Parts: sequence; structure tokens; C-alpha cells
Amino acid sequence: MFGYYFELAVRSLRRSPVLTILVVVLIGTGVASSMVTFAALRAMSADPMPGKSAQLYRPQIDNWGPANPDAHREPPLTLSYIDAEALLHAHAAPRQTALYQVAFSLVPADATRAPFAVKGYAVTTDFFAMFNVPMAYGAGWSASDDDKGTDALVISRRLNDRLFGGTDSVGREIRLDNHDYRVVGVAGDWNPQPRFYATGSIHVTTDHGDAPDVFLPFTHAVEQQVATAWGNYCRPDYKGTGWDALLHSECVWVAFWVDLPTPADARHYASFLHNYAAAQQRMGRFSWPPNVRLRNVPQLLAYVHAVPEQVRVSFLLALGLQLVCLVNVIGLLLAKFMRRSPEIGVRRALGASRRAIGLQFLIEAAMVGAVGGLLGLLLTGIGVYGMGALFTSKIARLVHIDAGLLGLTMLVSMVATVLAALYPTWRAAQVQPAWQLKSN
Amino acid sequence: MQIRLILAALRQHRAATVLVVLQIALTLAIVCNALFIIQLRLAHIARPTGIDEAHIVVIQNQWIGKHETAQLSARLATDLAALRQLPGVADAYADYTYPVAGPWAALLRIGLKPDQRAPTSFAEGYQADDHTLSTLGLQLVAGRNFRPDEIVAGSVDDALAPPVIIVTRDLAERLFAHESAVRKRVYISDKPSTIIGVVRHLEVPAVGTHSFAYCSVLLPSWPAWPYGNFYVLRAKPGQLDAVMRAAPKALLAINRMRVMEGGAKRYSDLRAAVYADDRGVTLLMSMICVVLLLATVGGIGGLTSFWVGQRRRQIGIRRALGATRGDILRYFQTENFLIVSGGIALGLLLAVVLNLFLMKHYELRRLPLSYLPISALVLWLLGQLAVLGPALRAAAVPPVVVTRSV
Repeated sequence: MFGYYFELAVRSLRRSPVLTILVVVLIGTGVASSMVTFAALRAMSADPMPGKSAQLYRPQIDNWGPANPDAHREPPLTLSYIDAEALLHAHAAPRQTALYQVAFSLVPADATRAPFAVKGYAVTTDFFAMFNVPMAYGAGWSASDDDKGTDALVISRRLNDRLFGGTDSVGREIRLDNHDYRVVGVAGDWNPQPRFYATGSIHVTTDHGDAPDVFLPFTHAVEQQVATAWGNYCRPDYKGTGWDALLHSECVWVAFWVDLPTPADARHYASFLHNYAAAQQRMGRFSWPPNVRLRNVPQLLAYVHAVPEQVRVSFLLALGLQLVCLVNVIGLLLAKFMRRSPEIGVRRALGASRRAIGLQFLIEAAMVGAVGGLLGLLLTGIGVYGMGALFTSKIARLVHIDAGLLGLTMLVSMVATVLAALYPTWRAAQVQPAWQLKSN
Repeated sequence: MQIRLILAALRQHRAATVLVVLQIALTLAIVCNALFIIQLRLAHIARPTGIDEAHIVVIQNQWIGKHETAQLSARLATDLAALRQLPGVADAYADYTYPVAGPWAALLRIGLKPDQRAPTSFAEGYQADDHTLSTLGLQLVAGRNFRPDEIVAGSVDDALAPPVIIVTRDLAERLFAHESAVRKRVYISDKPSTIIGVVRHLEVPAVGTHSFAYCSVLLPSWPAWPYGNFYVLRAKPGQLDAVMRAAPKALLAINRMRVMEGGAKRYSDLRAAVYADDRGVTLLMSMICVVLLLATVGGIGGLTSFWVGQRRRQIGIRRALGATRGDILRYFQTENFLIVSGGIALGLLLAVVLNLFLMKHYELRRLPLSYLPISALVLWLLGQLAVLGPALRAAAVPPVVVTRSV
């Protein structure tokens, strides 16, 4: 029976090729536009660290009180050095790291090679386990390196390739600015996007880019007075100058992360954070009640609007386009099906049930949907490829086609077409055989 | 007469008519809002910087190692002197930033009184010396330029409390309305400064700002601080490429212990890169709009041509009864006009609803009413365009069709 309907459908589609082509093109462009924008949206809202992001939390503490310029008194994203040190020493989470961005000039040992800039982060050794940093050679530094602030250094695979030709460089020395560091580990490929771990401002939402080149102990960086490459954010009345003044100030510049594997851990840490702020109030450092936040990665990304608004709006518009295409398809299928009223009349008179007629037309619609889907695949491919021309490479690199997207394209176009065909099919099934036979 | 005929005919195709009306309405609502968003982005991208963009070269300079302020300032002096001597260079200065550098803003709060609770205006600063105006090609509309002895070389904290400043006309008007701003005292983050000059126009370094995009302040200072600086150069006409090759070489010849990421860059390239994603999204939305309109035209055309095919007999009868080709043509055109008008009426309502939704969830501004009639006109024209082909075919149906039985 399906074979017969299939044959009927092919014959009918070939009888009015222009209308058929129009329907196919509409389905194809409709589905392709929403798929291309969906691919962009998916790329930008993808979980940067699947399986781990829900348990990585970012504590925030309001240490400015009424001087906080934020309209909703949201605490700043970064902490002052005072608070970061206090949280590190409290050790209230199984794993924790303070973090800030650093930039150095690397002076190659070979004097003929020009110095170049390297970027990275000052972290504690917990960072590598917390953020799933794989190690190609060696390992992160020890806890005592953290305490003493030694000159240990973990470098990226890219930097290792550039300096040491990709060989095991553990134990070798690297000169950053005017200080020698000893390599303890070479990180494998690791570059979660966006670089959520370093987000320092809710105004910078497009933090996509290359993997960091180096990691060094937080304590060492602070002792060496390595300034933050992000800049620090001070209260307008801040008068201090110099490194020591900064460390004792309420200027915020240190990102902090804690690893809280279970909900109980998260609850426990949230109350710890609250109590910490309350203690600061009792001590007279804060003259306001505790105002703290503990957001995990998905919550943080939503809070900083990590997905550019324009991409969401584009997706919305593309959905609108698909809706218009579908309304169009309903009209065209209605025309197409009703044109065949006489044929339906004959089939009904010869004993075909309404169900049979309905099935026949739905199969025809599904076929059109499948062909439209194939066109949609082609257009989606072109569209995703064309993203490279539209956007800077950093974002375009994230947009890609995979089996899931291809399957979704086919599924959406078939389901959408069958949905669009429901009403025309129902109308076709309602055709009165007697009427049709009489008028002919 | 025709209209009653048309309405009677449409009643026979109630479902199809409703579908076309719906489609026109959705198209209108979406296109209106998309065009508005596109226009806002384009206006943002086209914001004038106020500088001589075509001839500007920017070099990022980062010193290796830690240095004292005095040492850095001596190095800046040497570098700038060398750059200004280069054959193709008209002028040069050093800054911690440059116009439309990126998304980062370093806010200055400008007030008219010390300890003012809310600032009179926000602004952003440039570090400038007596060569800045001539390098950027800025026009002084009142007052005077900095004198060499007014330039301080020091940390940013020193730069932020200068005795004298130059501001843009936009900022001057915000602070003092139509009075002359020259020799007036203002407070930058509660520290006093006197305005000595006003320049016509200069956009701020941060790209995302809207409310104070043209409120720039020139702070007479050199970026003698450890975070590096930009050298901004203006090339003489036709000398841009030569300057881009010569300048980094000259700087390296003075001192090799520096990193100049990417070497010398054309300002026009830097500005284009900042807006690349904006342009991408704008293009994407424009393409969605075009496809949407094409789909609507195709859909209406397809449906009308089906109706024409279905009514060949009736058209033949009308022609046999004396209707002219023009009558038939006008019949289909009027029919389309009526349907599209229905769609537009519903679409105007939908457009406002969609705009309210976008305003609520996506920080879009209120849709200017002028978009509605323009979009309506476009859809009327497109509707007529879509119907023209099928209508002409209908008009070509000969009266003799009636005499042939089906």
C-alpha cells in the first residue's frame, strides 16, 4: 500500500513541477535559515566544560557597599586580594583557586630570536584538576610550591612546540620579563570557549580566543608584583599607589573559583560565604549586611550574557522566517491537494476510506518534506561555511556541522511539512465523492 | 462592482485567503523589526570617529622588564622624536589607547562641583601631548592646544588629575550648554581641571558606549607606565605603506627589548576588525529579510497562479460576456491588493507586539512609527509584483475557452 501511495505521490509531484519546486524551496530555505542561526547560537551557548561546569562555582562578595556603582548592588565579579587570600586560607571547599590574568614578554635564550608576548594566568595548583587541564608532560606544581610561591611554570603545548620543538621540556628554564622560571608541566590541548574562567567584567561578553600560554603559582605572581593584565577596578576615592597599597585595598581584580561536587557542598559553601561577609561586618570592615553570590558556570554565563543578544535575535528572526515559509507551504499544499478533488472523488467512490486518502496525502507531504530537507542540508552547509566570511574567525571557528545538526535539519523539515500538510490533508479527506463525480 | 465580485470569490477560498493574510502579517511584523535592528547596527558601525582615519597607523608597544617612570618617559621621548623624524610621518604621539579600540571602557566622571554625588556626564580620556591634535587631524574650535611644558609623564594616577584639559564639543555642550567652555573649571573624579580648548569631534575608545560616545577628554600626559602603550602616527598622503614598514624598524633600532604585537597596523583595519561581528550579524539579518520577502512573493505568486488555473473557465465566461483584458488584469490586482491590505492591517498590530516583546527581552528601543508605512508600502508593491505574472496570464485567457468543454 505504501508503495502505491509513494508512486501516486511521485506522479502528482511531477504533474505540477513548478508548485512542487516552490514548496521544496520554501521548506529548504526556511529550515536552513533556522538551522544556520541555531548552529551559531549552539556554538556560543555550548557548555564550555561539559560534565564539570555545574560544580564549578564563583564566589562574589560585595566589598564596596553603597559605593558599588551597580544599580542592583550586584557584587563585582572579581574579589579584592584581601578576600581572595582569606578564602584561600579558609580552605572551605575541597578544591579552590584564585586566578588572575598575566602577560609577559618572553625573551628566548637564543639571542637571535625576537622577544614575543605570552599571556596566561596566575593560579593555584588545584586549577588543573578543577578545570580538567590535561598534562602532556610533567604535572602541576605541588601544594608547597603554592605556599612558598616558587618559580614553577606550566606551559601550553603551543608554547612548548615553539620553544622546545614539542619535546619533554620539564626541568628546562624560561625567561619571562626579567625572571627565570622552571617548567614543571606541559599542558595538553585545553581551551574551553568562552574563556569563562577569566571573565572579569560583565561588559566583555566575547571572551573567545587562544589557549593561555603559561600558568604560574598565584603566590609567586603576587610576590613578584606581576600586575594583572585585566586591570583592577578601584573605588573612585581610592588614593593608594604601588603594589602593597593595592594588596591592602578594596580594589577588585582576583577571580576566585571553588569546586563543589555535591549540592550539599554548595549549600555548605554558600553559608560559609555568608558567614564570612557577616564576620567582616562585625569586624567593621563592611558597614552593610552580607551581600554575596555563589554562581556556577551556567548561572555565571547567563548572568554575564555570554551569548551575544544579536545572535539570539537573529535566531528568533530565522524562526519567524520558517514560520512564514510554513504558512506559505500550507497554502500551496492546500491548492495542490484541492486541485486533485476529482481524483479523490473517484478514489472515494471506488471504496477508499477517508483514512486512506489522508494517509496518501500525508505520505506525499512527507516526501516533499524530505526533498525540502535535502535542499535544507545543502543550504545549511553553505550557510555555516559562509559564517566564516560573516564573522571574525574566533566565533566562526566555533560554528560547525555535525551529525546531530544534519539529523535535526532533516527531522525539522519533515515534521514541519507534515504539520503544514495536516489541514490540507484534512480538507482533501473531506471531499464528497458525489459532488466531484457530478460536476464532471 | 469588481470588489463585490472579488469578495464573493474569496469566500470560496476562505482558508487560502486567511493563510495569505497571515503570511503578509507575519512578514510585515518581522521585516519591520529586523529593519529597525539593522538600521540601529548600521548607525552604530557608521559612527564617525572624527579623526583622519585613512592616514593613521597604530603600533602597540610593550617594554620588556620593569622600569621606573623616569626611564619610561625618557624612552617615550626618544621613540617619539625618532618617529616624528621619519620621512613619511606627518606627526606622532603616544597613548594608552586609540579611538574605538575595543569593548573596554575606562570611565571618567565629570562634574561641575567637587564631591558631586552624580556626575554631570561620563566621559573617556585619551593621553595627549602637543602633537595629538595634528596627529589625529582634530580641529580646535575654541581655546588653544597644550604647551609642551604642560605634559606630565607619569603613572595613570598622575594623568587623571591634570591642571588643564581639552574636551570635545559634545562634552562641552553637555557641561555648559551654549556658554563657552574655555577657562571653565570641571572636576574629573572629584579632582579639578581647567578646560583650555575644545575640539570639534572625537569618539571615545570604548566601542559599546551609547550615552557618551563623543564625550572625550584629552589628558596632557605620556603613558609612562608598565602596561605598554600605543604609538599613533599620521602618514603623509601616499606614504602609509612606507611608514608601516619603516616605523617598527626604527623603533627596534632604538631598543630591541620591546614587543610590538602585529607590528604596525592600519587604523582603518583596526576599526573594521572591531565592528566585524556587528557587520556579520547585520548581514545575516539582512539576508533573512531578503529571503523572507522572496518567500512571500513566491508564495503569493504560486497561490495566485493556482487560482488563475482553477478559474480559467470563469475568466473565459467573463471575457465572452464582454470583459476586457484590462478588466481581468485589474480583477486579480485588486484581489491581491485587498488581501495584502488585510495582511498589513493585522501585520501593523503584530509588528508593535513583536517590538514590545523584543523591548522587554532584548533591550531593543521603541520602533519608530515611520517604519510601519514604509514596510506597508513595500509589501503592497511586492504583492502587486507577485501577482503580475499570473494576472497577465489570466488576462491572456481567450474567450473561446468557454466553447471547449473540459
